[in-house]
Amino acid sequence: MNTRGLRSQLKDSVPVTGMGPQVGAYGVQDTLRSGFSSVKNELLPSHALELSEKNFQLNQDKINFSNLRNIQGLHAPLKLQMEYRAARQIQRLPFLQSSHLALDTLKGNDESISFEDILNDPAQSEMMGEPHVMVEYKLGMM
Amino acid sequence: RKMATLSVCQPQLGGFSFENCKRNAVLEAEVTKLGCNIPSARKTGTTICGVVFKDGIVLGADTRATEGMIVADKNCSKIHYISPNIYCCGAGTAADTEMTTQIISSNLELHSLSTSRLPRVATANRMLKQMLFRYQGHIGAALVLGGVDCNGPHLYSIYPHGSTDKLPYVTMGSGSLAAMAVFEDRYKQDMEEEDAKRLVRDAIAAGIFNDLGSGSNIDLCVITKGRVDYLRPHDMANKKGVRTGNYKYKQGTTGVLTKSVIKLDLEVVEETVQTMDTS
Repeated sequence: MNTRGLRSQLKDSVPVTGMGPQVGAYGVQDTLRSGFSSVKNELLPSHALELSEKNFQLNQDKINFSNLRNIQGLHAPLKLQMEYRAARQIQRLPFLQSSHLALDTLKGNDESISFEDILNDPAQSEMMGEPHVMVEYKLGMM
Repeated sequence: RKMATLSVCQPQLGGFSFENCKRNAVLEAEVTKLGCNIPSARKTGTTICGVVFKDGIVLGADTRATEGMIVADKNCSKIHYISPNIYCCGAGTAADTEMTTQIISSNLELHSLSTSRLPRVATANRMLKQMLFRYQGHIGAALVLGGVDCNGPHLYSIYPHGSTDKLPYVTMGSGSLAAMAVFEDRYKQDMEEEDAKRLVRDAIAAGIFNDLGSGSNIDLCVITKGRVDYLRPHDMANKKGVRTGNYKYKQGTTGVLTKSVIKLDLEVVEETVQTMDTS
Protein backbone atom coordinates (compact mmCIF):
# COMPACT_ATOMS: atom_id res chain seq x y z
CA MET A 1 0.00 0.00 0.00
CA ASN A 2 1.31 3.45 -0.80
CA THR A 3 2.11 5.87 2.00
CA ARG A 4 1.74 9.60 1.68
CA GLY A 5 4.14 12.35 2.59
CA LEU A 6 7.79 11.52 2.20
CA ARG A 7 9.14 14.63 3.88
CA SER A 8 9.75 12.77 7.08
CA GLN A 9 11.83 10.19 5.26
CA LEU A 10 14.23 12.50 3.48
CA LYS A 11 17.06 11.34 5.68
CA ASP A 12 16.36 7.72 4.68
CA SER A 13 16.37 8.64 0.98
CA VAL A 14 16.01 5.81 -1.51
CA PRO A 15 18.85 5.49 -4.04
CA VAL A 16 17.75 4.41 -7.51
CA THR A 17 19.74 1.42 -8.67
CA GLY A 18 20.53 2.20 -12.26
CA MET A 19 21.27 0.25 -15.37
CA GLY A 20 25.05 0.49 -14.99
CA PRO A 21 27.52 -1.96 -16.53
CA GLN A 22 27.12 -5.43 -15.19
CA VAL A 23 30.31 -5.85 -13.20
CA GLY A 24 31.40 -9.30 -12.18
CA ALA A 25 34.50 -10.15 -10.22
CA TYR A 26 37.55 -7.85 -10.68
CA GLY A 27 35.20 -4.94 -11.54
CA VAL A 28 35.17 -5.70 -15.27
CA GLN A 29 32.26 -6.35 -17.64
CA ASP A 30 31.04 -9.88 -17.05
CA THR A 31 30.72 -10.95 -20.70
CA LEU A 32 30.10 -14.59 -19.90
CA ARG A 33 26.99 -13.91 -17.85
CA SER A 34 25.49 -10.72 -19.28
CA GLY A 35 26.59 -10.78 -22.90
CA PHE A 36 28.28 -8.02 -24.86
CA SER A 37 27.88 -4.47 -23.60
CA SER A 38 26.71 -1.44 -25.52
CA VAL A 39 27.02 2.10 -24.20
CA LYS A 40 23.53 3.11 -25.32
CA ASN A 41 21.94 0.06 -23.71
CA GLU A 42 23.46 0.87 -20.36
CA LEU A 43 23.22 4.64 -20.16
CA LEU A 44 19.65 5.10 -21.39
CA PRO A 45 16.61 3.12 -20.31
CA SER A 46 14.51 2.08 -23.30
CA HIS A 47 11.34 3.47 -21.74
CA ALA A 48 10.61 6.21 -19.24
CA LEU A 49 9.05 3.70 -16.87
CA GLU A 50 11.71 1.00 -17.11
CA LEU A 51 13.81 2.10 -14.15
CA SER A 52 10.92 2.98 -11.91
CA GLU A 53 9.16 -0.31 -12.62
CA LYS A 54 12.29 -2.40 -12.05
CA ASN A 55 12.70 -0.94 -8.57
CA PHE A 56 9.06 -0.35 -7.69
CA GLN A 57 8.63 -3.17 -5.19
CA LEU A 58 12.01 -2.48 -3.59
CA ASN A 59 11.22 1.20 -3.19
CA GLN A 60 7.79 0.51 -1.76
CA ASP A 61 9.30 -1.86 0.79
CA LYS A 62 11.95 0.69 1.76
CA ILE A 63 9.34 3.41 2.22
CA ASN A 64 7.10 1.17 4.30
CA PHE A 65 9.94 -0.07 6.47
CA SER A 66 11.30 3.38 7.16
CA ASN A 67 7.78 4.57 8.01
CA LEU A 68 7.35 1.63 10.36
CA ARG A 69 10.69 2.39 11.97
CA ASN A 70 9.71 5.98 12.59
CA ILE A 71 6.35 5.04 14.07
CA GLN A 72 7.01 1.89 16.06
CA GLY A 73 10.75 1.81 16.56
CA LEU A 74 13.56 -0.24 15.10
CA HIS A 75 12.31 -3.61 16.30
CA ALA A 76 9.26 -3.63 14.00
CA PRO A 77 11.04 -3.59 10.61
CA LEU A 78 13.78 -5.84 11.97
CA LYS A 79 11.28 -8.51 12.98
CA LEU A 80 9.43 -8.25 9.69
CA GLN A 81 12.59 -8.46 7.62
CA MET A 82 13.69 -11.52 9.54
CA GLU A 83 10.36 -13.18 8.72
CA TYR A 84 10.70 -12.19 5.07
CA ARG A 85 14.20 -13.65 4.95
CA ALA A 86 12.94 -16.92 6.42
CA ALA A 87 9.96 -17.10 4.06
CA ARG A 88 12.12 -16.32 1.04
CA GLN A 89 14.08 -19.51 1.65
CA ILE A 90 11.00 -21.70 1.27
CA GLN A 91 11.32 -22.31 -2.43
CA ARG A 92 12.31 -24.94 -4.95
CA LEU A 93 15.60 -25.21 -6.82
CA PRO A 94 16.46 -22.07 -8.78
CA PHE A 95 15.38 -23.19 -12.25
CA LEU A 96 11.98 -24.51 -11.11
CA GLN A 97 8.93 -22.34 -10.52
CA SER A 98 8.23 -21.75 -6.83
CA SER A 99 4.90 -20.49 -5.63
CA HIS A 100 6.36 -18.12 -2.98
CA LEU A 101 3.17 -18.73 -1.02
CA ALA A 102 4.57 -17.89 2.43
CA LEU A 103 6.31 -14.75 1.18
CA ASP A 104 3.18 -13.58 -0.65
CA THR A 105 1.00 -14.11 2.39
CA LEU A 106 3.41 -12.13 4.56
CA LYS A 107 3.60 -9.28 2.09
CA GLY A 108 -0.15 -9.24 1.48
CA ASN A 109 0.20 -10.03 -2.23
CA ASP A 110 -2.34 -12.85 -1.88
CA GLU A 111 -5.10 -10.22 -1.57
CA SER A 112 -4.34 -8.12 -4.61
CA ILE A 113 -3.99 -8.50 -8.37
CA SER A 114 -1.79 -6.28 -10.50
CA PHE A 115 -0.04 -6.37 -13.86
CA GLU A 116 2.69 -8.60 -12.38
CA ASP A 117 0.17 -11.42 -12.12
CA ILE A 118 -1.44 -10.96 -15.51
CA LEU A 119 1.32 -9.96 -17.92
CA ASN A 120 4.54 -11.85 -18.58
CA ASP A 121 3.88 -14.68 -16.16
CA PRO A 122 7.32 -16.24 -15.44
CA ALA A 123 5.68 -19.67 -15.33
CA GLN A 124 4.74 -19.26 -19.01
CA SER A 125 8.18 -18.02 -20.05
CA GLU A 126 9.50 -19.64 -23.25
CA MET A 127 13.07 -19.64 -22.02
CA MET A 128 14.53 -22.03 -19.50
CA GLY A 129 17.76 -21.55 -17.63
CA GLU A 130 20.56 -24.09 -17.54
CA PRO A 131 19.90 -26.11 -14.36
CA HIS A 132 23.55 -26.83 -13.53
CA VAL A 133 24.70 -23.27 -14.13
CA MET A 134 21.85 -21.81 -12.08
CA VAL A 135 22.40 -24.07 -9.09
CA GLU A 136 26.14 -23.42 -9.15
CA TYR A 137 25.49 -19.68 -9.31
CA LYS A 138 23.06 -19.82 -6.41
CA LEU A 139 25.46 -21.82 -4.24
CA GLY A 140 28.22 -19.37 -5.08
CA MET A 141 30.40 -21.98 -6.69
CA MET A 142 30.58 -20.14 -9.98
CA ARG B 1 23.29 -19.32 -25.22
CA LYS B 2 23.38 -15.69 -24.20
CA MET B 3 19.76 -15.71 -23.07
CA ALA B 4 20.26 -18.85 -21.01
CA THR B 5 23.12 -17.29 -19.07
CA LEU B 6 21.15 -14.06 -18.61
CA SER B 7 18.38 -15.85 -16.76
CA VAL B 8 20.90 -17.13 -14.23
CA CYS B 9 21.47 -13.79 -12.58
CA GLN B 10 18.10 -12.03 -12.60
CA PRO B 11 14.99 -13.79 -11.32
CA GLN B 12 12.13 -13.67 -13.81
CA LEU B 13 9.55 -11.04 -12.90
CA GLY B 14 6.06 -10.62 -14.23
CA GLY B 15 4.52 -7.34 -15.30
CA PHE B 16 5.43 -5.01 -18.16
CA SER B 17 8.39 -5.98 -20.30
CA PHE B 18 10.28 -3.15 -22.02
CA GLU B 19 12.35 -5.42 -24.28
CA ASN B 20 10.90 -4.20 -27.55
CA CYS B 21 10.89 -0.45 -26.87
CA LYS B 22 14.22 0.25 -28.58
CA ARG B 23 13.27 -1.93 -31.53
CA ASN B 24 9.91 -0.13 -31.83
CA ALA B 25 11.61 3.26 -31.80
CA VAL B 26 13.92 2.17 -34.63
CA LEU B 27 11.00 0.73 -36.63
CA GLU B 28 8.98 3.91 -36.18
CA ALA B 29 11.86 6.03 -37.46
CA GLU B 30 12.26 3.76 -40.52
CA VAL B 31 8.55 3.78 -41.30
CA THR B 32 8.31 7.57 -41.01
CA LYS B 33 11.19 7.90 -43.48
CA LEU B 34 9.13 5.89 -45.97
CA GLY B 35 6.12 8.12 -45.35
CA CYS B 36 3.77 5.56 -43.73
CA ASN B 37 2.23 5.51 -40.28
CA ILE B 38 2.44 2.91 -37.57
CA PRO B 39 -1.01 1.58 -36.53
CA SER B 40 -2.62 3.65 -33.77
CA ALA B 41 -4.36 2.36 -30.66
CA ARG B 42 -8.14 2.28 -30.55
CA LYS B 43 -9.43 5.21 -28.51
CA THR B 44 -12.85 6.00 -27.19
CA GLY B 45 -13.00 9.67 -28.24
CA THR B 46 -15.92 10.03 -26.01
CA THR B 47 -18.44 11.86 -23.98
CA ILE B 48 -18.90 10.46 -20.48
CA CYS B 49 -20.50 12.22 -17.54
CA GLY B 50 -22.02 11.67 -14.14
CA VAL B 51 -24.33 13.55 -11.82
CA VAL B 52 -25.32 13.19 -8.14
CA PHE B 53 -29.07 13.42 -7.52
CA LYS B 54 -31.22 13.09 -4.40
CA ASP B 55 -31.01 9.32 -3.91
CA GLY B 56 -27.89 8.35 -5.85
CA ILE B 57 -25.85 8.69 -9.04
CA VAL B 58 -26.63 8.77 -12.75
CA LEU B 59 -23.74 7.87 -15.10
CA GLY B 60 -24.00 8.41 -18.85
CA ALA B 61 -21.84 7.55 -21.87
CA ASP B 62 -22.02 7.51 -25.66
CA THR B 63 -21.13 4.32 -27.57
CA ARG B 64 -18.61 5.17 -30.31
CA ALA B 65 -15.04 3.82 -30.41
CA THR B 66 -12.67 5.43 -32.93
CA GLU B 67 -9.39 4.35 -34.51
CA GLY B 68 -7.90 7.54 -35.88
CA MET B 69 -10.56 8.91 -38.22
CA ILE B 70 -12.57 5.69 -38.54
CA VAL B 71 -15.34 4.46 -36.27
CA ALA B 72 -14.08 1.13 -34.97
CA ASP B 73 -17.12 0.16 -32.91
CA LYS B 74 -20.58 1.68 -33.34
CA ASN B 75 -21.95 0.25 -30.12
CA CYS B 76 -19.28 -0.29 -27.51
CA SER B 77 -20.03 -0.37 -23.82
CA LYS B 78 -18.19 2.33 -21.87
CA ILE B 79 -19.84 1.91 -18.47
CA HIS B 80 -17.82 -0.77 -16.67
CA TYR B 81 -18.77 -2.79 -13.61
CA ILE B 82 -16.56 -2.29 -10.58
CA SER B 83 -18.69 -3.74 -7.79
CA PRO B 84 -22.44 -4.26 -7.24
CA ASN B 85 -22.79 -0.68 -6.02
CA ILE B 86 -20.03 1.04 -8.01
CA TYR B 87 -19.78 1.62 -11.78
CA CYS B 88 -17.13 3.44 -13.81
CA CYS B 89 -17.24 5.14 -17.24
CA GLY B 90 -13.97 5.14 -19.18
CA ALA B 91 -12.55 7.49 -21.82
CA GLY B 92 -9.15 7.36 -23.53
CA THR B 93 -7.43 4.26 -24.87
CA ALA B 94 -10.10 1.55 -24.94
CA ALA B 95 -7.80 -1.30 -23.86
CA ASP B 96 -6.41 0.73 -20.96
CA THR B 97 -9.82 1.62 -19.54
CA GLU B 98 -11.03 -1.96 -19.93
CA MET B 99 -8.03 -3.56 -18.22
CA THR B 100 -7.75 -0.94 -15.50
CA THR B 101 -11.39 -1.23 -14.49
CA GLN B 102 -11.20 -5.02 -14.51
CA ILE B 103 -8.09 -5.07 -12.31
CA ILE B 104 -9.60 -2.62 -9.85
CA SER B 105 -12.85 -4.58 -9.83
CA SER B 106 -10.93 -7.77 -8.91
CA ASN B 107 -8.91 -6.00 -6.24
CA LEU B 108 -12.04 -4.46 -4.76
CA GLU B 109 -13.76 -7.84 -4.68
CA LEU B 110 -10.79 -9.39 -2.83
CA HIS B 111 -10.74 -6.43 -0.46
CA SER B 112 -14.45 -6.64 0.28
CA LEU B 113 -14.17 -10.39 0.89
CA SER B 114 -11.37 -9.68 3.32
CA THR B 115 -13.27 -6.94 5.20
CA SER B 116 -16.71 -8.58 4.66
CA ARG B 117 -18.24 -5.18 3.92
CA LEU B 118 -19.72 -3.54 0.86
CA PRO B 119 -16.85 -1.67 -0.86
CA ARG B 120 -16.71 2.13 -0.71
CA VAL B 121 -16.29 4.44 -3.67
CA ALA B 122 -13.38 6.18 -1.95
CA THR B 123 -11.50 2.86 -1.86
CA ALA B 124 -11.94 2.34 -5.59
CA ASN B 125 -10.88 5.94 -6.18
CA ARG B 126 -7.69 5.55 -4.16
CA MET B 127 -6.77 2.26 -5.82
CA LEU B 128 -7.28 3.76 -9.28
CA LYS B 129 -5.31 6.94 -8.60
CA GLN B 130 -2.39 5.05 -7.08
CA MET B 131 -2.18 2.71 -10.03
CA LEU B 132 -2.44 5.48 -12.63
CA PHE B 133 0.18 7.60 -10.86
CA ARG B 134 2.54 4.65 -10.71
CA TYR B 135 2.52 4.48 -14.53
CA GLN B 136 2.92 8.28 -14.89
CA GLY B 137 0.11 8.73 -17.41
CA HIS B 138 1.36 6.11 -19.89
CA ILE B 139 -1.87 4.22 -19.16
CA GLY B 140 -4.32 6.51 -20.98
CA ALA B 141 -7.47 6.02 -18.93
CA ALA B 142 -9.69 8.97 -17.95
CA LEU B 143 -12.49 7.69 -15.73
CA VAL B 144 -15.73 8.84 -14.16
CA LEU B 145 -16.30 6.72 -11.05
CA GLY B 146 -19.64 6.75 -9.25
CA GLY B 147 -21.46 4.67 -6.69
CA VAL B 148 -23.54 4.54 -3.54
CA ASP B 149 -22.06 3.14 -0.33
CA CYS B 150 -22.73 3.36 3.40
CA ASN B 151 -21.84 7.07 3.39
CA GLY B 152 -24.16 8.04 0.56
CA PRO B 153 -23.64 8.71 -3.16
CA HIS B 154 -20.16 9.71 -4.37
CA LEU B 155 -18.85 10.81 -7.77
CA TYR B 156 -15.19 11.11 -8.74
CA SER B 157 -13.36 12.01 -11.95
CA ILE B 158 -9.92 10.45 -12.40
CA TYR B 159 -7.36 11.74 -14.93
CA PRO B 160 -4.71 9.58 -16.68
CA HIS B 161 -1.85 10.97 -14.58
CA GLY B 162 -3.56 10.12 -11.32
CA SER B 163 -5.27 13.29 -10.11
CA THR B 164 -8.86 13.01 -8.92
CA ASP B 165 -11.75 15.38 -8.24
CA LYS B 166 -14.77 14.74 -6.05
CA LEU B 167 -17.66 16.79 -7.45
CA PRO B 168 -21.45 16.76 -7.80
CA TYR B 169 -21.25 16.65 -11.61
CA VAL B 170 -18.32 15.68 -13.88
CA THR B 171 -17.68 15.15 -17.59
CA MET B 172 -14.68 13.58 -19.38
CA GLY B 173 -13.60 12.79 -22.91
CA SER B 174 -13.41 14.76 -26.15
CA GLY B 175 -17.05 15.82 -25.83
CA SER B 176 -16.67 16.90 -22.21
CA LEU B 177 -16.96 20.61 -22.96
CA ALA B 178 -20.28 20.18 -24.78
CA ALA B 179 -21.66 18.05 -21.95
CA MET B 180 -20.33 20.39 -19.27
CA ALA B 181 -22.09 23.32 -20.96
CA VAL B 182 -25.42 21.50 -20.48
CA PHE B 183 -24.59 20.65 -16.87
CA GLU B 184 -23.54 24.18 -15.98
CA ASP B 185 -26.80 25.50 -17.36
CA ARG B 186 -29.28 23.10 -15.81
CA TYR B 187 -27.74 21.36 -12.80
CA LYS B 188 -29.58 21.78 -9.49
CA GLN B 189 -28.88 20.17 -6.14
CA ASP B 190 -31.10 17.25 -5.01
CA MET B 191 -32.84 16.60 -8.34
CA GLU B 192 -35.40 13.84 -8.80
CA GLU B 193 -34.38 10.68 -10.65
CA GLU B 194 -36.28 11.48 -13.86
CA ASP B 195 -34.84 15.00 -14.01
CA ALA B 196 -31.34 13.67 -13.46
CA LYS B 197 -31.77 11.05 -16.22
CA ARG B 198 -33.08 13.70 -18.61
CA LEU B 199 -30.16 16.02 -17.76
CA VAL B 200 -27.54 13.31 -18.36
CA ARG B 201 -29.24 12.23 -21.57
CA ASP B 202 -29.20 15.81 -22.86
CA ALA B 203 -25.56 16.28 -21.87
CA ILE B 204 -24.46 13.14 -23.74
CA ALA B 205 -26.62 14.14 -26.72
CA ALA B 206 -24.83 17.51 -26.79
CA GLY B 207 -21.52 15.64 -26.91
CA ILE B 208 -22.77 13.27 -29.63
CA PHE B 209 -24.04 16.00 -31.94
CA ASN B 210 -21.23 18.52 -31.41
CA ASP B 211 -18.14 16.29 -31.18
CA LEU B 212 -16.84 14.05 -33.97
CA GLY B 213 -15.32 11.58 -31.55
CA SER B 214 -18.65 10.73 -29.89
CA GLY B 215 -21.70 9.19 -31.50
CA SER B 216 -24.29 6.42 -31.77
CA ASN B 217 -26.40 5.64 -28.72
CA ILE B 218 -26.66 6.93 -25.17
CA ASP B 219 -26.14 4.49 -22.30
CA LEU B 220 -27.27 5.35 -18.79
CA CYS B 221 -26.58 3.74 -15.43
CA VAL B 222 -28.69 4.77 -12.43
CA ILE B 223 -27.25 3.69 -9.06
CA THR B 224 -29.26 4.06 -5.88
CA LYS B 225 -29.02 2.37 -2.49
CA GLY B 226 -29.78 -1.26 -3.17
CA ARG B 227 -30.67 -0.91 -6.88
CA VAL B 228 -28.77 -0.48 -10.14
CA ASP B 229 -30.49 0.23 -13.49
CA TYR B 230 -28.15 -0.39 -16.41
CA LEU B 231 -30.05 1.13 -19.37
CA ARG B 232 -28.28 0.09 -22.56
CA PRO B 233 -29.34 1.65 -24.86
CA HIS B 234 -31.32 4.33 -23.15
CA ASP B 235 -31.70 6.41 -26.28
CA MET B 236 -30.75 5.71 -29.87
CA ALA B 237 -29.79 9.21 -30.96
CA ASN B 238 -28.17 8.23 -34.26
CA LYS B 239 -30.32 5.59 -35.89
CA LYS B 240 -29.10 4.48 -39.32
CA GLY B 241 -31.62 5.62 -41.92
CA VAL B 242 -33.90 3.28 -43.94
CA ARG B 243 -33.71 3.37 -47.77
CA THR B 244 -36.95 4.77 -49.14
CA GLY B 245 -36.38 3.83 -52.81
CA ASN B 246 -35.95 0.36 -54.32
CA TYR B 247 -33.75 -0.23 -57.38
CA LYS B 248 -34.90 -3.77 -58.03
CA TYR B 249 -36.99 -4.33 -61.19
CA LYS B 250 -40.05 -6.58 -61.22
CA GLN B 251 -39.81 -9.92 -63.03
CA GLY B 252 -41.02 -9.53 -66.60
CA THR B 253 -40.03 -5.85 -67.00
CA THR B 254 -37.64 -6.81 -69.81
CA GLY B 255 -39.26 -8.73 -72.67
CA VAL B 256 -37.59 -12.04 -73.70
CA LEU B 257 -36.91 -12.28 -77.51
CA THR B 258 -35.15 -15.68 -77.92
CA LYS B 259 -34.03 -18.46 -75.59
CA SER B 260 -31.42 -21.19 -76.35
CA VAL B 261 -30.19 -23.92 -73.92
CA ILE B 262 -26.69 -25.47 -74.40
CA LYS B 263 -26.02 -28.61 -72.37
CA LEU B 264 -22.44 -28.97 -71.03
CA ASP B 265 -21.05 -32.54 -71.23
CA LEU B 266 -19.33 -33.29 -67.94
CA GLU B 267 -17.92 -36.75 -67.26
CA VAL B 268 -16.85 -38.16 -63.92
CA VAL B 269 -13.03 -38.55 -63.92
CA GLU B 270 -12.30 -39.77 -60.39
CA GLU B 271 -14.35 -40.52 -57.31
CA THR B 272 -12.77 -40.76 -53.86
CA VAL B 273 -14.35 -41.19 -50.45
CA GLN B 274 -12.60 -39.72 -47.40
CA THR B 275 -13.92 -40.96 -44.07
CA MET B 276 -14.19 -38.43 -41.23
CA ASP B 277 -13.15 -39.49 -37.76
CA THR B 278 -16.27 -38.57 -35.79
CA SER B 279 -15.40 -40.19 -32.48
